[in-house]
Amino acid sequence: MSPLIREYEVPGNDFARAGEASGHIKSMLKELGFAPAMIRRVAITTYEAEINMVIHAGGGHVTATVTPDAVKVVFTDRGPGIPNVELAMQAGWSTAPQNIRALGFGAGMGLPNIRKYSDDFAIQTEVGKGTTLSITVYAGKESS
Amino acid sequence: MSTGYASIYLENEKCAGCTKCMQRCPTEAIRIRGGKASILQERCVDCGECIRVCPHHAMKARVDSLSDVLGKYKYTIALPAQALYGQFPGVRTRAPILEGLLRIGFDSVFEVAAAAEVMSAVTHYELNYGSIPHPIITTDCPVILRIVRIRFPSLLPHLLNYRSPMEVAARWSKRLAVKETGLSEEDIGCVYISPCPAKCAGAKAALGTARPAITGVVSIAEVAPRLTAVIGDIDDHERYAQAGAAGVGWAISGGQSSAAGEPNHLAASGIENIIGILEALEDGKLSNVDLIELSACYPGCVGGALAVENPFIAKARLQQMMMGFAPPLPPNDCPREDMRWEKTPTASSALRLDKDVSVAMEKMEQIRRITESLPGIDCGACGSPSCRAFAEDIVAGRAEAGMCVFPEN
Repeated sequence: MSPLIREYEVPGNDFARAGEASGHIKSMLKELGFAPAMIRRVAITTYEAEINMVIHAGGGHVTATVTPDAVKVVFTDRGPGIPNVELAMQAGWSTAPQNIRALGFGAGMGLPNIRKYSDDFAIQTEVGKGTTLSITVYAGKESS
Repeated sequence: MSTGYASIYLENEKCAGCTKCMQRCPTEAIRIRGGKASILQERCVDCGECIRVCPHHAMKARVDSLSDVLGKYKYTIALPAQALYGQFPGVRTRAPILEGLLRIGFDSVFEVAAAAEVMSAVTHYELNYGSIPHPIITTDCPVILRIVRIRFPSLLPHLLNYRSPMEVAARWSKRLAVKETGLSEEDIGCVYISPCPAKCAGAKAALGTARPAITGVVSIAEVAPRLTAVIGDIDDHERYAQAGAAGVGWAISGGQSSAAGEPNHLAASGIENIIGILEALEDGKLSNVDLIELSACYPGCVGGALAVENPFIAKARLQQMMMGFAPPLPPNDCPREDMRWEKTPTASSALRLDKDVSVAMEKMEQIRRITESLPGIDCGACGSPSCRAFAEDIVAGRAEAGMCVFPEN
């Protein structure tokens, strides 16, 4: 059958709404009956990616593609881009300003955690143009 | 798999079909069909919101009456929930309440708070030396277990897998009573006095317990007026109190965490708040917390749907009462074996559209198409809580498109 596709616009710097898209994806996967441990990995990675987009990129676009075997979520923004991806992938490295950290975000675990909890992870970024982050989590990789 | 025994039911003849309970239900477990409310049992978490909001008092908790439980056994022990202590204006100690329970017909009284004190120590030990992944989620509130099974099954490993204080109190007091009376266990009744419907269900279907030690459950709502009538002349001298502030404080959100001595905790109460906390934990936001204490009622069990006093008045009264407490008792004779759940709870499938993912995906597309054709104002006139839920009901065969009151549909 054809995959389920859901599209979301994520507004920038709106913390009250941050997490709506990933929350919607999560509840959709629960209704579809994916394994709890797989849903948890999708929840953690997509929430983190969505928050990144809100903090650093002024928001962006999210496309979720669901098949019985996998969930692929692509985050596209027209933000400032990431000058040094290697550095950004290191645990604890963060460019989040103090007012963001005061809210409990920007601890520098975002991208490392996304890579850790996803099965496929791809990032394309260009300074001044924006970033596209693609996350895939496969079903059936967990026992539960 | 069923989510277990739920205690809330509808008294059909009282229901006016007004939709208030349906609009309030946090798990969308209520529909109005044929002018009456009906509960989707597998989704009900027993939180009691419908009982609170129903203007016709048609939503009820399955609970025993005092006349059912008194005299059924040769010897009957009252197990008062901590929240009971906050229900009486002008009562500053537990003495009149505990002695009053004897006057209304119980043979002895044993505080659930005493067992809560033991379970606080057990929680402390588990936090520091146990193997449950942190943050550990408390399970004294039975709604938490039900809601995690239905909506947050990935968090099941975080649940504190110990018996609730009410069940521990029942086992403990029964053992003491056997010793004191010479009766056999079969002749001893243990009656829990409950602040809420969830604990009524939790007492009767104690998780993984083949034979719960609790033999009956009555509500604070029934017991409180009976007590008020008999306690006027009882002085404040404590004859039956066993527990200290640590155990009594469990009735107030945050009390369990401080009793367990866990400074790095998060305590939340109120059904919407606890859902928000569980969502955040599932998203990986709360990794720096060690203990999450959750109560479905605000601000803790004092706010239970079967209590009578205003929750904040009851809380203040309980706090004042606790200031006069002696320090907790030294280690006691509570039976320490069999404290853990005997079975591991499993995920519920109540929210799944179909057991086959491909079929579920097709149903989800149907639901989307139908939802888009509906007015989207969530009026509830069709008997479903929202247009989205109505679309889901149509696809599940629980409703027909013609039930929408807007003519274009």
